[in-house]
Amino acid sequence: MQVTLTINGQKVSADVEPRTLLVKFIREHLRLTGAHVGCDTTQCGACTILFNGDAVKSCTMLVAQADGGEVLTVEGVAQGDKLHPVQEAFHVHHGLQCGFCTPGMVMRTLDLLAKNPKPSEEEIRHQMEGNLCRCTGYHNIVAAVQAASGQTPIGH
Amino acid sequence: MYEFDYRRAASVADAVAQLKKTPDAKLLAGGMTLLPTLKMRLAQPSELVDLGALAALKGISISELHVTIGAMTRHADVAASKELRAALPALCELAGGIGDPQVRNRGTMGGSVANDDPAADYPAACLGLGATIVTDRREIAADDYFLGLFQTALEEDEIITAIRFPRPLCAAYEKFKNPASRYATVGVFVARFADGVRVAVTGAGSDGVFRARDIEQALAAHFAPQAAASVTISSEGVASDMHGSAEYRAHLIPVLAARAVGACK
Repeated sequence: MQVTLTINGQKVSADVEPRTLLVKFIREHLRLTGAHVGCDTTQCGACTILFNGDAVKSCTMLVAQADGGEVLTVEGVAQGDKLHPVQEAFHVHHGLQCGFCTPGMVMRTLDLLAKNPKPSEEEIRHQMEGNLCRCTGYHNIVAAVQAASGQTPIGH
Repeated sequence: MYEFDYRRAASVADAVAQLKKTPDAKLLAGGMTLLPTLKMRLAQPSELVDLGALAALKGISISELHVTIGAMTRHADVAASKELRAALPALCELAGGIGDPQVRNRGTMGGSVANDDPAADYPAACLGLGATIVTDRREIAADDYFLGLFQTALEEDEIITAIRFPRPLCAAYEKFKNPASRYATVGVFVARFADGVRVAVTGAGSDGVFRARDIEQALAAHFAPQAAASVTISSEGVASDMHGSAEYRAHLIPVLAARAVGACK
């Protein structure tokens, strides 16, 4: 079947099998490998992208469902070499160790801050529940989200 | 996943026609249960009929006596609705505790209620509030709708279009959640109406969601946390698994019911 969607501002069309997952399409057809497949079971959040502005797990969506919609992946977040403030905050506050979960964390944070620009620490922890990090213990991730929202990070 | 055809329904009638034509077709709502099921090759439909583009099935409307929510309304939209929070806050809080944010951005009320997972949250709200399940062809009272594990009164080619909830004096949902899946190990929905109290329990029934009549009677006589907490629930017929024994779950039911009464608003 034919699908057409906008990815990081660019319109793309492709002929795909109906069973193609969105993450497979992004990674293998478009070669955008920032969205990672961690668990493949809707739990870890490493494949999180924005679909029509909402954070979703691209391992649990068909590209067919995204036909006609707008997708933003981590590759479309920075402006050239200039990191987005959320990416910058993860960098400055060391909100990562191995980095595998980071693209999903960044995409989830974008959605969170778009809907709740000044979340409390409790709200951040609740709203980041769908993204697992096996390295950091989350402390610096929470700090990065706070910094990205212009708030004083925990531990500072 | 096995191969399947994909079709985006143009209308509810189109989707029904497609189900009649292709009996092993499956409806696709948010896909939060169906897609993982397909990925594990636990089902092999020849076609998915996607309801995602049907704007008529989305939205929340509030009247003096009822709240009506379109079947394709996402959990995130239920959780974030200011109007709903003013009319029936328990439903917003329940929706905001389903799965995780990304799941709430895709999953739908109709999908959850059609699937009838025995540990899902919405069935407790439907049964606890005495909701009406509105389909393409009829209206079904929640008391007649939930028939067992993943079993409902829906016909094979019947589609939920909306769910209508009566507005209670107050209501609350308390969930003892599995910390990994955030499904209910036990969840209790309490709703107080002028003519009585309804208490629905999810996660605990070996036959799916059920009403805790003993707690309803105790609360009808005296609507207070200690009235709910004083009821003893037998572990007979209560589910048991690696996350909790039947005795443990049975113990949680009055505990959570008491908390819900305390939080009722």
